[in-house]
Amino acid sequence: MSAVIDDHTQEHDHGPAGGITRWLLTTNHKDIGTMYLIFSFSMFLLGGTFAMVIRAELFYPGLQIVEPEFFNQMTTMHGLVMVFGAVMPAFVGLANWMIPLMIGAPDMALPRMNNWSFWLLPCAFLILVSTLFMSGGGPNFGWTFYAPLSTTYGPPSTTFFIFAIHIMGVSSIMGAINVIATVLNLRAPGMTLMKMPLFVWTWLITAFLLIAVMPVLAGVVTMMLMDINFGTSFFDASGGGDPVLFQHVFWFFGHPEVYIMILPAFGAVSQIIPAFSRKRLFGYASMVYATGAIALLSFLVWAHHMFTVGIPVAGQLFFMYATMLIAVPTGVKVFNWVATMFRGALTFEAPMLFAIAFVILFTIGGFSGLMLAISPADFQYHDTYFVVAHFHYVLVPGAIFGIFASAYYWLPKWTGYMYDESLAKAHFWMSFIGMNLAFFPMHFLGLAGMPRRIPDYALQFADFNMISSIGAFMFGATQILFLLIVVKCARGGVAAAAKPWEGAEGLEWTVPSPAPYHTFTTPPVVE
Amino acid sequence: MPTQQSYYVPAQSKWPIIATVGLGTTLYGAAMIMVNSTQGDSTAVSWLVFAVGSLIMAYMLFGWFGTVIKESRSGLYSSQMDRSFRWGMSWFIFSEVMFFGAFFGALFYARVFAVPWLGGEGDRGSSNMLWEGFQATWPLLANPDPEAYPSPSAIIGPWGLPLVNTILLVTSSLTVTLAHHGMKQGNRRKLKIWLAATIVLALAFLFFQVEEYVHAYTELGLTLTSGIYGTTFFMLTGFHGVHVFLGTLMLTIMFIRIHKGHFSAEQHFGFEAASWYWHFVDVVWLGLFIFVYVI
Amino acid sequence: MGVHAKQAGAVAAGLTIPTLVLADWGINMPAGVTATSNDIYGLHMTILWICIAIGAVVFGVMFWSIFAHRKSKGHKPAHFHEHPLVEVVWTVIPLLILVIMAIPATATLVDMYDTTESDIDIKVTGYQWKWHYDYIDEEFGFFSALTTPRDQIYNRTAKGEHYLLEVDNEMVIPVGKKVRLLLTANDVIHSWWVPEFGVKKDAIPGFINEAWTRVDVPGVYRGQCTELCGKDHAFMPIVVRAVPEAEYLAWVDEQKAAAETERELTQKDWTMAELMERGEGVYARACAACHQADGSGLPPAFPALKASALVTGPADGHLEVVVNGVSGTAMQAFGGQLSEADLAAVITYERNAWGNNTGDMVTPKQVFDFKNQ
Ligand code: HEA
Ligand code: HEA
Ligand code: HEC
Ligand code: CUA
Ligand SMILES: [Cu+2]
Repeated sequence: MSAVIDDHTQEHDHGPAGGITRWLLTTNHKDIGTMYLIFSFSMFLLGGTFAMVIRAELFYPGLQIVEPEFFNQMTTMHGLVMVFGAVMPAFVGLANWMIPLMIGAPDMALPRMNNWSFWLLPCAFLILVSTLFMSGGGPNFGWTFYAPLSTTYGPPSTTFFIFAIHIMGVSSIMGAINVIATVLNLRAPGMTLMKMPLFVWTWLITAFLLIAVMPVLAGVVTMMLMDINFGTSFFDASGGGDPVLFQHVFWFFGHPEVYIMILPAFGAVSQIIPAFSRKRLFGYASMVYATGAIALLSFLVWAHHMFTVGIPVAGQLFFMYATMLIAVPTGVKVFNWVATMFRGALTFEAPMLFAIAFVILFTIGGFSGLMLAISPADFQYHDTYFVVAHFHYVLVPGAIFGIFASAYYWLPKWTGYMYDESLAKAHFWMSFIGMNLAFFPMHFLGLAGMPRRIPDYALQFADFNMISSIGAFMFGATQILFLLIVVKCARGGVAAAAKPWEGAEGLEWTVPSPAPYHTFTTPPVVE
Repeated sequence: MPTQQSYYVPAQSKWPIIATVGLGTTLYGAAMIMVNSTQGDSTAVSWLVFAVGSLIMAYMLFGWFGTVIKESRSGLYSSQMDRSFRWGMSWFIFSEVMFFGAFFGALFYARVFAVPWLGGEGDRGSSNMLWEGFQATWPLLANPDPEAYPSPSAIIGPWGLPLVNTILLVTSSLTVTLAHHGMKQGNRRKLKIWLAATIVLALAFLFFQVEEYVHAYTELGLTLTSGIYGTTFFMLTGFHGVHVFLGTLMLTIMFIRIHKGHFSAEQHFGFEAASWYWHFVDVVWLGLFIFVYVI
Repeated sequence: MGVHAKQAGAVAAGLTIPTLVLADWGINMPAGVTATSNDIYGLHMTILWICIAIGAVVFGVMFWSIFAHRKSKGHKPAHFHEHPLVEVVWTVIPLLILVIMAIPATATLVDMYDTTESDIDIKVTGYQWKWHYDYIDEEFGFFSALTTPRDQIYNRTAKGEHYLLEVDNEMVIPVGKKVRLLLTANDVIHSWWVPEFGVKKDAIPGFINEAWTRVDVPGVYRGQCTELCGKDHAFMPIVVRAVPEAEYLAWVDEQKAAAETERELTQKDWTMAELMERGEGVYARACAACHQADGSGLPPAFPALKASALVTGPADGHLEVVVNGVSGTAMQAFGGQLSEADLAAVITYERNAWGNNTGDMVTPKQVFDFKNQ
């Protein structure tokens, strides 16, 4: 613990410790943020590899590479790893790195708990992935693990899967509590709520969603655990329960969960578009209210995933209307971004390219979401590749592009060097093309009647599946390039200025690049 | 508007990583026990893993809280830090509320939708075709398939032990508030007496709860496996019981700390957190009493 | 805004042309053969066009900015950052559009939920991995399972025209009649979907869901199970033949007669060879999905029957498992699914195939007695 030269010689003014303990024992938000980001990217590769198995099997009709049992495990693990391992931790990583820098805080509010939140994740995923090697195989019932397929008919490893989910839940809840405490309690003097950068706002609301729904997920897996191991009958009609109860509780978590995966991306894009438009964000206040409205509405729409399970018609109508309403605040956001770009002075560095693609492609995903929301039409779309197309459009060019945009935007601040712009542009264009090639044909497949979660399909679906697989391989291979760019940037290159982007605003650009190990030990004053 | 004093950022800490290993091992062991016993395999190793995990957890809890207490007593925590803890604790309690919400939701759903449907009422009443002779009642004393889930012979009425327990818990909420007043007035005697009273009430509650379970299992045939009534009954009251137990533990630790002279009239968040938790447990009980026992 | 509107119009036109062309390729939702499916198709196209139009406007403005307001062209940024009126307008207009969408959607939905006044009731039960159709008014029923040979699935022979969408026993319904479906499941959740009817409804164990359809055009319609139901979820298709009423009635009579002959088989005296032959067929149809054609199973999920202690042990234990199933596992109670003759045959087969040379023969009468003991 060598003291770093600093004019406030306080107890915590030390640089990073050496060796592995720096990472194992750290309480520093930047270290923890880095670990989250690295973890998330490795999970993205793992989940992506599972997706490659899926796409390889679906390249041709017939069974050639994997057996159906294993295919189902791949689908399930792909969904789980991407959602809980790649997207959520990436956003927590960004929050860890950026929120204290953006609000002028010395660190996260509860630094030790922060470290625990992180380390629980590798632990949870170790357990989750280990189920693949257990007798009977890993979870094979979809990432939505509907009972009774996952209870009475689940493989023995289901119990391990349940505990892995519990651990992820603990991690997310603690992470979210930390974010809320930090934002509400550690803002620099003068940083009123309505002056906070939008990324901070969206994260505040995301954290609220997390604390509200992760316990519900914990609850539903606990019910599963009891049904499997202790003879309760939550999901068994012979004892007066109902398999559909599972779906209600799951989706009460599940729908807010999908906004958990997109709101921070909204926030990041709301930082990036103004920066590269050299123009203030249009409609700051309405952005904040729209985010709040989306979050509140997200609690009232869960049954739109269950339109075909036979909920009474009044319920069906309620959930249809409520779901459609979400288009309004989301529309406000889209319009605000466009209005921000309108009559700005635009440049198109990698963060901006990803941000623009985000707006366009997310909106397309939102449109298909709106189509799914129309309950009678959903009777045709439900559980087909149309749904798969929808959610990959909101997740891949939504969440994932949002993360790429943020990574390029803040890499100079993290590493102190500029990334290689031409490689980054190549990364963008290949991702953009690959991703559309992979996921756009899925709309057609779904409309033509291809169900999801099948390892083999009727012949009329063959052509589009092949195109889709080619696109997926292209998109997947391109991500190796991203790894390269980041490693290259971390190792050196053109030094980055404190504020490398002409139009960027915010406290994070007032500290040097790379950001010193400790920042804002004396809070800055915001005018 | 938060004002910033120097905010204490602890240096490296080994506790989180120990906590991770502890929690992971404990749960892995628990899963091993369950899976092996369903498959009829030996569970000796599983219990060992579980025990090792639990020991690590116990070590971690003492160590981590010990560190926090030490830091707090050496004056490292500013009032801003105190606010972080307050936010932390409040949101933690909120998350617990949502956890219970899931189980209350299950109870509500089973009662209002699933069981009536199975009995032939409402939108999906044709389901009764599959369960000829099944009648929807609540409490559910005859399950749709009594061979799979033996029906209970009776349930526990609200006006016996449950009422006593309600009175005990409500009173304990009161006593813990009195203790808090004592703390704020710097009246240590008052504090100790009322806190001790709270703990006694809590133990009494737990005692009666166990008694009730024994009665249900041995005399009424009301068990976890006796259909959806038993399922929701035991899951809700059971999780509540676990929380009462944890709350009692917290209060006891506070009692010991108070005995050691910790806390001041101004700075006593540890105690307050425990009392918040206690009030939360009390409120959940009131919900339980109404929705599980009375209605 | 005049320029932008024109721009948007051009983009909109550009977007519509490929969509129209693509529609001819048969990649859109089929309009179907029922009033419901036509309503849904109409809704689908309406929303699609609305979304395309909104997209055209939004992306039009955006591309205009990307094109015209770039720094490299020396464009200087404007300074506006809010405009209450505009913000209200773009909140209210989408709201109105949504209301317009909601009205026909509501009407269609209410219609889809009206299962009253049906002409025929069919109970549809999902099993891992086949369907059972029970004509409850006529008192007969049958299973309907995939017939695509394994060789086609494993690419050993060329795939047929209706690859994966063909079954042994089709569900038959008369045209022009309102058919009410009572859907349920025996094990896990399945979902019964025929795109051309616009009917998709989950089949949930322990509960019954209702749906209805009235098919106007005779023909054969194909669909699939659309809820993940385990390993062979991809292999439980649905085939419905809609025929004129007279044909339907003739078919019903045939089915009833067939059911009668099936019952008579119990009385017949069987030889070992006959049972083995019949058993092999039953096994392939009903059991091989889990226990595999060579009896090796897929342990630990599905036990091997080859050299199994239970199968080679006393016949009663074997009968118990097959007739009553093992509750809480995928091993169903086949007593209600297969006729006595089939049960006897498959049990005899299992006891003597793959080197399980017990030499035992279990007769349909034995099965009948076992069931009724
Ligand atoms: C980041 C994740 C994310 C996001 C943001 C969304 C956003 C939305 N989703 Fe999606 N959804 C998923 C992830 C997501 N979804 C996932 C993972 C599933 C599948 C889960 C599973 O089964 O495995 C799913 C499934 C799913 C279903 C169930 C389909 C089915 O199984 O049958 C439905 C149905 O209503 C739906 C609707 C919507 C709607 C209405 C939105 C809205 O929020 C979209 C709003 C946006 C817009 C509409 C575009 C912009 C708006 C304008 C430009 C304004 C003007 C527009 C109009 C007035 C039209 N989603
Ligand atoms: C954030 C979430 C997220 C993300 C990013 C993705 C990314 C991808 N997803 Fe998926 N997906 C889901 C969430 C996500 N998905 C969910 C929730 C489901 C539902 C699961 C269920 O039904 O239960 C699903 C289901 C799903 C299916 C349907 C499976 C089925 O129904 O059977 C398919 C099929 O094509 C698919 C494909 C892909 C592909 C090709 C990518 C690609 O974008 C991935 C690209 C990334 C990589 C490839 C990794 C990087 C590269 C390497 C590791 C190098 C190796 C590369 C090569 C060998 C080429 N996903
Ligand atoms: C959907 C999957 C499935 C199908 C179809 C199926 N079984 Fe089974 N079968 C199982 C499972 C799972 C078990 C193991 C049950 C247990 O855990 O005891 C089993 C067990 C058995 C056993 C006991 C084996 C032993 O050694 O204990 C026999 C005999 C058997 N099945 C016969 C049949 C016959 C005959 C058929 C067809 C008529 C059939 N099964 C169809 C899943 C299936
Ligand atoms: Cu049955 Cu999928
Ligand atoms: Cu949703």
